[in-house]
Amino acid sequence: MSVITVEELRHTYSAGTPFEKTAIENISLEIPQGQFVGILGHTGSGKSTFIQHLNALLQPTGGRVLLDGENINRDKKSRHDVKWKVGLVFQYPEYQLFEETVFADIAFGPKNMGLSREEIDERVREAAGFVGVEEKLFERSPLELSGGQKRRVAIAGVIAMRPGVLILDEPTAGLDPSGSRKIMDNIRRYREKSGATVIIVSHNMDDAARLTERLIVFDHGHIAMDGTPEEVFSRPQELIDIGLNVPQATALAMALRRRGMALPGAIFTHEQLLAAVKQAKGVAAC
Amino acid sequence: MLKDITLGQYFPGDTVAHRLDPRTKLILVLLYIVALFQAEGWIGYGMVLLTTALCMAVSHIRAKNIFKGLKPMLFIIALTALLNLFYTTGTPIVPGWIITWEGIERAVKMMLRITLLIAGTFLLTCTTSPMALTDGLENLLNPLKKLHVPVHEMTIMMSMALRFIPTLIEETDKIMSAQKARGADFENGNLIQRARALLPILVPLFVSAFRRADELAVAMESRCYHGGEGRTRMKQLRMASRDWIALALGVLLLAAVIVLKRFGL
Repeated sequence: MSVITVEELRHTYSAGTPFEKTAIENISLEIPQGQFVGILGHTGSGKSTFIQHLNALLQPTGGRVLLDGENINRDKKSRHDVKWKVGLVFQYPEYQLFEETVFADIAFGPKNMGLSREEIDERVREAAGFVGVEEKLFERSPLELSGGQKRRVAIAGVIAMRPGVLILDEPTAGLDPSGSRKIMDNIRRYREKSGATVIIVSHNMDDAARLTERLIVFDHGHIAMDGTPEEVFSRPQELIDIGLNVPQATALAMALRRRGMALPGAIFTHEQLLAAVKQAKGVAAC
Repeated sequence: MLKDITLGQYFPGDTVAHRLDPRTKLILVLLYIVALFQAEGWIGYGMVLLTTALCMAVSHIRAKNIFKGLKPMLFIIALTALLNLFYTTGTPIVPGWIITWEGIERAVKMMLRITLLIAGTFLLTCTTSPMALTDGLENLLNPLKKLHVPVHEMTIMMSMALRFIPTLIEETDKIMSAQKARGADFENGNLIQRARALLPILVPLFVSAFRRADELAVAMESRCYHGGEGRTRMKQLRMASRDWIALALGVLLLAAVIVLKRFGL
């Protein structure tokens, strides 16, 4: 079980200097076990600050973060131990690779957990399998790999800790379409196999629409919207006003509506759009 | 967090101190340091202290920020004070004790001197952006060009270094967070364990620093950078009347301290 509860969370950077800035304020929400959550928001909306609170990398200026009902900032030990339960993959994680071999780098997290050699070995192989890193790469230097491979190794480094909650900040940023697709497939497979909660921060609206069960939209440090993709994408104009994109299908549906076609509210996949257009045409023909 | 280091950080503002020409401020700091090291008696120290307080008031820099900047130097300050306390000969405060009245006086003065030294330079970097600072420096060092000293090259290297300090700090912060998220422990363990714990930070940091240097070189090349020759500036440095007044005050301070020293004050 890993239920995340966030109560009245607030975070202020550089408090007491001219650079003081409140990044997030008044954030309250609950994420149940196993949910696939997408977090949307433009740069500086506070989404990165928010996710760093979920594994106690940042301590709240106000409010609390609970994991299974326990305050993760209770003491030094709980702040440290929550890292195994809530795995956080940063943006461009490949820049954190440092070990001499791919194997050693993936093993860094499990080694810090103090596991036995056999256990570490098993976890590294399992994590590498999830992200499609072949065993023949294990003895190579991570710095020699291609961009997409490096990213997958870095993600495996977090998955190897078997976190009940996996958080990824822009996991596909800077990758080509096939690389992004592979990474998203890897994440989806990990979730299906492990039953973990997955929280993904993304700019890619199509990914967000296609994969997630719930979308949380951040704007200026507040939660602007929180709901299923249907609910969020049925208010496309609000998303655009915040400065975000909408999925391609939604944008096309909006354009068609402006041209006078009567389409139902929430459209965010190509299949939905196709069905809706067929229906509208059919209705019009009658 | 690393970001909280304030020593040498520019606080944007619009006070007289911010508007002074960087060259003026550099010379003033030089005068200030000489005055500080010339001061001997309490009155001399008092004058320098008063000047520092005035400058702080003028530039709206709060004492709290300066004390925060002093923190990393605390050890050196304490050590200097202790050494002076125990190794100065004179009249013991209690017969037979190693601590003397002279020792106490020296220790206090030494602490004051180092604190004021840091405070003075801190005021300079707080009120002057790194860019303005290197511009001013290049301008002041210009005469050395006649002696074939590569002044421009040196100052451009300096401004690049300054420019990349915040970037690298931010990068270090990010890498540290990422490794912490994988359970790296930077706070516990003995010296060797802690040194080893730095490896996961240093390796990626070096890799990225080299990558950045490479990118910067390409970016400069593609904008046809070819050194200082014939280069003009968008912001020309100009001395205003307030600069001359400030300089006069600085010279006055130094003169006063030297005169006071003559009288042993």
